[in-house]
Amino acid sequence: MSDMEEHDERVFRLTRRKALKGLALGIGAMVLPAKDASASVWESFFQKHFRELGKPERQKILARLEKEYSARYKKSVRVKDTPPPEGVLFGYALDLSRCVGCRRCVYGCVTENNQSRDPQIHWIKVLRLEKERGVDLEHSEQYYNPETVPQEGYFYMPVQCQQCENPPCTKVCPVQATWKENDGIVVVDYNWCIGCRYCMAACPYGARHFNWKKPGLPAGDMNPDTHYLGNRPRPVGVVEKCIFCMQRTRERDGKYPACVEVCPVGARKFGNLLDPSSEIRNVIENKRVFILKEDLNTQPKFYYFYSV
Amino acid sequence: MHKIWAFIRGCFLLLRKGSKVYYAWVSALLVLVVVGGFAYANQMYYGLIVTAMRDQVSWGFYISNFTFCVGVAAAAILLVIPAYVYHWKPIKEIAILGELVAVSAIVMCLLFVTVDLGRPDRFWHLIPKIGLLNFPQSLLAWDVVVLNTYLVLNFSIAGHMLYKYYYRREPNMKYVFPLLLFSIPAAISIHTVTAFLFNGLAARPFWNASILAPRFLASAFCSGPAGMILMFQVIRKWTNFDVQDKAIFKIAELIAYAMFINLFLLGAELFKEYYSDTAHLAPVKYLFQGLDGHSDLVSYIWTAMIFNTTAFFLFLIPQTRENFVTLNIGCVLMFIGVYIEKGMGLVIPGFVPDVLGDFYEYSPTGTEIMVTIGIWATGLLVYTLLLRIAVPIMNGDFHVGEDGVNPFIGDKLFLVRKRVVVEEEDFDTP
Repeated sequence: MSDMEEHDERVFRLTRRKALKGLALGIGAMVLPAKDASASVWESFFQKHFRELGKPERQKILARLEKEYSARYKKSVRVKDTPPPEGVLFGYALDLSRCVGCRRCVYGCVTENNQSRDPQIHWIKVLRLEKERGVDLEHSEQYYNPETVPQEGYFYMPVQCQQCENPPCTKVCPVQATWKENDGIVVVDYNWCIGCRYCMAACPYGARHFNWKKPGLPAGDMNPDTHYLGNRPRPVGVVEKCIFCMQRTRERDGKYPACVEVCPVGARKFGNLLDPSSEIRNVIENKRVFILKEDLNTQPKFYYFYSV
Repeated sequence: MHKIWAFIRGCFLLLRKGSKVYYAWVSALLVLVVVGGFAYANQMYYGLIVTAMRDQVSWGFYISNFTFCVGVAAAAILLVIPAYVYHWKPIKEIAILGELVAVSAIVMCLLFVTVDLGRPDRFWHLIPKIGLLNFPQSLLAWDVVVLNTYLVLNFSIAGHMLYKYYYRREPNMKYVFPLLLFSIPAAISIHTVTAFLFNGLAARPFWNASILAPRFLASAFCSGPAGMILMFQVIRKWTNFDVQDKAIFKIAELIAYAMFINLFLLGAELFKEYYSDTAHLAPVKYLFQGLDGHSDLVSYIWTAMIFNTTAFFLFLIPQTRENFVTLNIGCVLMFIGVYIEKGMGLVIPGFVPDVLGDFYEYSPTGTEIMVTIGIWATGLLVYTLLLRIAVPIMNGDFHVGEDGVNPFIGDKLFLVRKRVVVEEEDFDTP
């Protein structure tokens, strides 16, 4: 009898131990993504800040990410860390008299930069403004949806990261996960961001976006040409933003940003502000430009102008 | 070192002893903590998408509660100043209860910030040297520093005093007094820094007003002490610890002054916004009147306004201040009023309308509410357990035994309603 009791007790103890173990594993599985529960999880957990990494460490991380993304998206993914080119300060100009509000730039950007499709994240927002009011943001409409654009009585103003010279967003980051590079592009280290969203509160242009959910990026839609600080796939719980398509613009055979290339009316101009013969300098010289919310002293490198 | 271990061991022995009410109360809180924990596990699994926060309103209920709790924590100095600067005895006896409120409130603050993080697994990035704290540039980095300093400060002051009393000795004031004095600017700094955190953002005109920090402080000295007055009455009814009426009425009087300043500063702010009538009026209009058909916050803020004003008069008039019915009504009104005003009423209009004129009306989801309840329960649990230790020590019911090693536990019940004493009090109250 007593043997039985002892046996029962042992069985109970074992099951209880098992139950506790199960509970621990369950909680662990909730916290750690089960599929990636390998050494790479810990490697990325202990990864240092991007700017504190030496070259060999960087190479190792890029290789790890390439391997991880290639497996996940079933294609050969490249993750670059091309530094800012010497003597380059990127600038952007947008012609408000040409923009028709078609939003091709919005979706061209999403395709190029691997934003989440579910839920949708857009780095560019096109505001519909009333001609009578001019640039009056409070009366703008982002969710216009007519049969055809442009609509009578309205003009359109796309807004994206203004790549400020004096960015309020980088200043507030408690862990220096976001900063301005030498070519003027404001970047985020997606492996360092803690997701506090202070930068989103600080940005006067609504240019920062948060991954509220694990980004839904179908393998077929994934652009395999990526940059570590740019358009590589983002994890959940971090902030992202427009990076002037650095995976294209920083290369030796540099291409225009996707939004410039896709614009059907040629409203978007891009180039090197330090090069006197660049198109962007030509616009600044010959058109009359303005910047958004100049009173905040953010000093955007994103200029708006009216060509006609 | 030996003695510290003996003290800690004694405390744990003590925590396990208590009346049925004590056990029921602690278990109820534990249930809420577990419910909150499950809600948080759910949020961890799916991401912050389970909250109502979105890109337009990127902070919500968690940061609102955080802001309010910083105020409650800062209010401890309303006891420290009369007790240790003016050496007023009735409050000196209870100052330690205020410090324990500060400890519990800061624990809640840290939890609210943590649950708001998208990547809590990377919290170590905030630790200087190991991570990369952006100090002194980021006000959030400042907040990390001052909140933790304030927590350590209050914990060590209260801890040292209780430790000494446990061994039936007087606290070493040579060490404690400078810390107590330092806790005064530290309390002011936690709320100032939290105000600056919002204040410094030029992108959000609703917060970008220099009156914000003074308003924060004024309202903090209303809500925190109002909560304490209620708590002190519970403590003296349910434990052997006595809190004098004189102390309670003095705190109530101080609250009246603080609320006057709070209402005055609010009026100054409203005048500036409405009279100058610029584009920056939009968030204020959204909050108080509703804007373009968006009016989710209007009923809340007017509730807060009515509560705060009513409470102000209840605290101002000596007859209502010194009548426990009206006093307690005032405390409840003020606590709720400031909770709305300094919580959702402060955080949400900063985001509505958003920087590009988009309207996203925010109200918290079930997950956010459950996590929040879990954190409040954690705060109350921490405070209960701290009181379980502090109250018997200060009454002399818990101290080291004759052998100098094992603890003597005189109060084995802790939470018992003192019926007889209450009746006596009713007759004896002058």
